Amino acid sequence: MAHSAASTTGSPALPEVAPISLKAIAPWAVFFGVLMLVLLYFVGAEQGATSLLSGESVHEWVHDGRHLLGFPCH
Amino acid sequence: MNTVSVRSLLVRGMLAGLVAGCAALLVAYFLGEPSVDASIGYEEAHSHHDDHGVELVGRTLQSTAGLATGVLVYGVAFGGIAALAFCVALGRIGRFGPRATAALLSLGGLLTVYVVPFLKYPANPPATSDPDTIGQRTALFFLMIALSVLLGLAAIILGRRLAPRLGAWWATVAAVAAFVLAVGLAYAFLPSYDEVPKDFPASVLWRFRLSALAVQGVLWTGFGLLFGHLAERRLAPRAGSVDPARGVVETTP
Repeated sequence: MAHSAASTTGSPALPEVAPISLKAIAPWAVFFGVLMLVLLYFVGAEQGATSLLSGESVHEWVHDGRHLLGFPCH
Repeated sequence: MNTVSVRSLLVRGMLAGLVAGCAALLVAYFLGEPSVDASIGYEEAHSHHDDHGVELVGRTLQSTAGLATGVLVYGVAFGGIAALAFCVALGRIGRFGPRATAALLSLGGLLTVYVVPFLKYPANPPATSDPDTIGQRTALFFLMIALSVLLGLAAIILGRRLAPRLGAWWATVAAVAAFVLAVGLAYAFLPSYDEVPKDFPASVLWRFRLSALAVQGVLWTGFGLLFGHLAERRLAPRAGSVDPARGVVETTP
């Protein structure tokens, strides 16, 4: 009890949150950032403005999601 | 603060995005689908040409499994991106702890990734756009998102530069004013598309766009709250709320 009271009332003395070094973030940001953008591309634009796969099946499958998520769709 | 925290934050971000996506999916299904159906009804009543002869995916699948795929993948993807942005923002945007940083980041994400582009290029239900302009509309929509995010980042940098001279309050006011002005210029100079048919029911369009906003509001709010909680627990274990049994992944290297 005494400890927790001391730690909450002592908030001005709390250290600032230490930033995570950009070097540690970079590899994750590059690989996963690109992967996430690819996912967004397939949800948002594939077989609409541009097509990597032929046909209409991706477009038709995510059709409602594309409209309701605000992407331009046909 | 090392690679392990980046990985665990990324995993938590994607999970928080998935859960927030589930909440957004409910909103999309119950609020959004009725207006999508109404638009498709209008489309069928007004279609002169029969290019929808064979349906690849039926309406029932489109409005359930298809919708879920779209919204959940979107949630996971933005959860991952937001978690990476969180890793950069943490400890760099002022004296905010993990939870407050996640909340601010989600608010900033909702505004710059969705609301600002939406005000120029709003979500459109089926039957209200010209298929011939899909290329330009898609390019401009993504351009507007990129522009809005970059202007948002520029506004943060500007605010931090001005803070020593103007104080935190007026520096924030000046940064927001600069952002609004720059976005206004972008709105003024980028082309608009108004292709909604004259007799398309206005109330359907209004309800559709409100639902689209609600979907994003729920998604980003849910993500901010959940991810903030997970990040706080992960990064501040000394607070006495360590609960390794419920940890999503054990982050031993």
